[in-house]
Amino acid sequence: MKKHKTIPPALAQKILLRFLRVDLAEEVLGDLDEKFYINVQTKSPFKAKINYWYQVLHYLRPFAIRKSNPSSSNAMDMFQNYFKIGWRNLLKNKGYSFINVGGLAIGMAVAILIGIWVYDELQFNKYHKNYKNIARVLRHGTANGETFTNSSLPYALGEELKSKYDNSFEHVVMAWHVGDHILSTGGKKISMTGEFMESGGPEMFSLKMIHGSWSGLDDPHSILLSQSAATLLFGNDNPMDKLLKIDSKMDVKVTGVYEDLPHNTHFHGVKFFSPWDLMVISNDWIKYQGFKNNFLAIYVAISEHTTFEKASSRIKDAILNNIQDDKVYVSINPQIFLHPMEKWHLFAEWKNGINTGGLIDVVWLFGIIGVCVLLLACINFMNLSTARSEKRAKEVGIRKAIGSIRRQLIHQFFSESFLVVLLSFAGALILVSASLTWFNDLASKQMEIPWNNGYFWLGSFFFLLLTGIVSASYPALYLSSFNPVQVLKGSVRVGRSATVPRKILVVLQFTVSGALIIGTIIVYQQILFAQNRPVGYSRDGLLMIQMTSPDFHGKYDVLRTALLNTGAVTEIAESSGPPTDVWNSNGGFDWQGKDPAFIAEFATMTVTPGYGKTVGWQFVKGKDFVEGVDSDSSGFVLNEAAAALLSFENPIGEVIRWNSPYGTNASSFTVIGVIKDMVMKSPYSEVQPTVFYLGDNRNWINIRINPQTSVSDAVAKIEIVFKKLIPAVPFDYKFADEEYALKFAAEKRIGKLASVFSVLAIVISCLGLFGLASFVAEQRTKEIGIRKVVGASVYQLWSVLSKDFVILVLISSFIASPLAYYYVNNWLQQYQYRTEISWWFFGITTLGILMITLLTVSFQAIKAAMMNPVKSLRSE
Amino acid sequence: MKETRLGEFEEVILLLVGILGEGAYAFKIAEEFESQTGRSVSIGATHSTLDRLENKGFLKSEMGKATAERGGRRKRIFTITALGKRVLKESKDFKMALWEQYPAFAGKLNYGGVM
Repeated sequence: MKKHKTIPPALAQKILLRFLRVDLAEEVLGDLDEKFYINVQTKSPFKAKINYWYQVLHYLRPFAIRKSNPSSSNAMDMFQNYFKIGWRNLLKNKGYSFINVGGLAIGMAVAILIGIWVYDELQFNKYHKNYKNIARVLRHGTANGETFTNSSLPYALGEELKSKYDNSFEHVVMAWHVGDHILSTGGKKISMTGEFMESGGPEMFSLKMIHGSWSGLDDPHSILLSQSAATLLFGNDNPMDKLLKIDSKMDVKVTGVYEDLPHNTHFHGVKFFSPWDLMVISNDWIKYQGFKNNFLAIYVAISEHTTFEKASSRIKDAILNNIQDDKVYVSINPQIFLHPMEKWHLFAEWKNGINTGGLIDVVWLFGIIGVCVLLLACINFMNLSTARSEKRAKEVGIRKAIGSIRRQLIHQFFSESFLVVLLSFAGALILVSASLTWFNDLASKQMEIPWNNGYFWLGSFFFLLLTGIVSASYPALYLSSFNPVQVLKGSVRVGRSATVPRKILVVLQFTVSGALIIGTIIVYQQILFAQNRPVGYSRDGLLMIQMTSPDFHGKYDVLRTALLNTGAVTEIAESSGPPTDVWNSNGGFDWQGKDPAFIAEFATMTVTPGYGKTVGWQFVKGKDFVEGVDSDSSGFVLNEAAAALLSFENPIGEVIRWNSPYGTNASSFTVIGVIKDMVMKSPYSEVQPTVFYLGDNRNWINIRINPQTSVSDAVAKIEIVFKKLIPAVPFDYKFADEEYALKFAAEKRIGKLASVFSVLAIVISCLGLFGLASFVAEQRTKEIGIRKVVGASVYQLWSVLSKDFVILVLISSFIASPLAYYYVNNWLQQYQYRTEISWWFFGITTLGILMITLLTVSFQAIKAAMMNPVKSLRSE
Repeated sequence: MKETRLGEFEEVILLLVGILGEGAYAFKIAEEFESQTGRSVSIGATHSTLDRLENKGFLKSEMGKATAERGGRRKRIFTITALGKRVLKESKDFKMALWEQYPAFAGKLNYGGVM
């Protein structure tokens, strides 16, 4: 009896089993037991137990200890097996596998592309080390009840910030607006984009210097070149201390070379920096401008102990305090504030003094599109893998019958799902590397796959994990719960309950792709609408040359004669701005009957008499300026928008007074003509009221090419004339129609990207549908056979098989249309000149998607319907 | 590379396996060792040596019968292989040859007592 009461110490046994090789367990436990019971009899139970422990500890020998966790080594084998079975399954159903892997790969590729695009946008300006402290000074003002925001600031403000508010700022840097200048050295003349900036700029923006130092702009006659500019100008020679001329008038010495700024920085186009002081020396008038003339930019770096908000509220009245003598200006209430560098790119739009975002909307838009496309691909994957898994109910039954436990089945389905996900990810990476150049082109960026970015891999990892788990959860958790006996007997009807979520997913898929397509169509419609807008002048064959250097001075008459003599030119005229932009805008206008509270602000442009003929003005009333008619030198030509402001029945002959005329001596002007609105700024917004007058301050030569001459001939002839008369300046010209087309670049880019993504979205959805349709057709083989035998026609079978899908797609169209309408309508609101959303967009889209659906489904449906019923009914 | 040299403990265990014949399993061998030599040894140490000898090819094993005192568990029965026998004999012959070269003991061999 004693023997039965005393048993070996359980804990020791447990420990032994923990470390002992599994295959040794039986014999060792047996031996130890034998020893134990003998000890119990010959010695004492206590001693037996002690000895048992002693024996157990003596089994801690290399040979007896298991190599690793035996259950995990077993699991390793099992996982290997799962992957093997999964791989075989993929190969067995090549069509499905292709759809599955391909669809998911495309979806992931789109998501990755969009992801790196979004990342690139968010990294904007972060190249500069102190970007968190840098800001640009902006100015709000309120006129006629509307608050406008402007970046042009007066010279005196820069001095004021430096002297009175200097403890808020580390740096205050005044700068000219980024513009094109001619750099010449030796015989070379190259037009380059540059910026004149105070000497603190290079340090503030932490330029990466290759030669020289940040103090390179201390001497007014110096220049810092970007590396690419240095190579362009001096080749492989050492550029340091070389001499250059800017715009043929400013002498400078190269004092440094900096690494080119990357494409996602504010100053990326800037190829050189020169000292602001040089600009001031060359343009003496700058110093004498008080607080009222806004023409420069101010960048600041705030000091460590302050914030943008605090600094902004300190400086907000810096202009207002200094203009108290000017009642009109005070009434505009100029308020200045800081706009942090982090927000320059993505939050650059202002409406009524409030930041309304800007590019960030596009980032969001594409972010959402990316997520949607990815979602579509995941839905496909889930749908197909759940659909396929039903076929495997039998396999589950057999596996269970031969001893698989549920956990193993769950592992099996998950590992198969991960196999597909990993394959797709590899495919996606290949797709992305292959299409990145194209995508960069489209998005006008220089992005790379962030191979070395930990977040990229972390994000991908979690995404793969999520996709794998979610898509395999149905087969893994549901199928594995089957009772093997019932499954094998065939009494479990799989899939009835599973079709409902599947249908919901299909609806979701087509809702998303439908909405994307409607959105894309309307974006294109809007671009087309704006492109077809009457512009009020004739863009074709209009050449523009900016007079960037003093070499042009006094050459106008000679040029004009010489150009007209070539016969390639019908008219030439000068103007203060190009026809494709508004360069000047002034206030201080008054006329009889004007509401005194109304602040009249007109876009202004000085022209020479031939201008109207050159650009092709279309007169509504009155006449053009005529050469040699004295009264025209104090005449105004208005556009319709300006004429509408004047509130005269007939504005011709009426007098407008202007208290700060620019480029002319006259102060009261007679309206001599009204022209159709010229679209000079954005083709999406209303045309600014504009006045044209004869005056100096002319910066552009406009040339009308003879329509009888081919453009290339004409340009060649014009070039000869310019080279001869103004040899110091490179012949650098622009075409009005090309410049105008640039105004659509942003929208066109969005349109192109959106259309690519929506096409991909619909392709992915159709891939999924194709897979589902073929699956359904396969599942219903018997049913179709029987239907055929009892007399159904191919058409009837086709409609039976297609009906379900058509209904789903129709439902999604009904959801997608109002959804798309809502968002697209919101998007359109930002444009003053916008297209109407008509209902036929939605009709066409629905019809189009329906057609595609039918095409996709019919292939399988007809194939199934044509099948010989004898064959389909013979099996089993 | 297989180790063919026999250690002293290994040699004894190998011999004991031969002595025990059908009943040679780890626990019995350890018991036998203790009773024959008077030195105590753990089953684990014995088992480890048996395992080593098996790896060297001197022993082979198979699972034997289960008995009640073992809680119904089977035992692993070890038997000497031909190679094992040859190694034992070589070891003995080698020592004999040494004994014979040792004049003081020549003729009065007392093999077991040297231990």
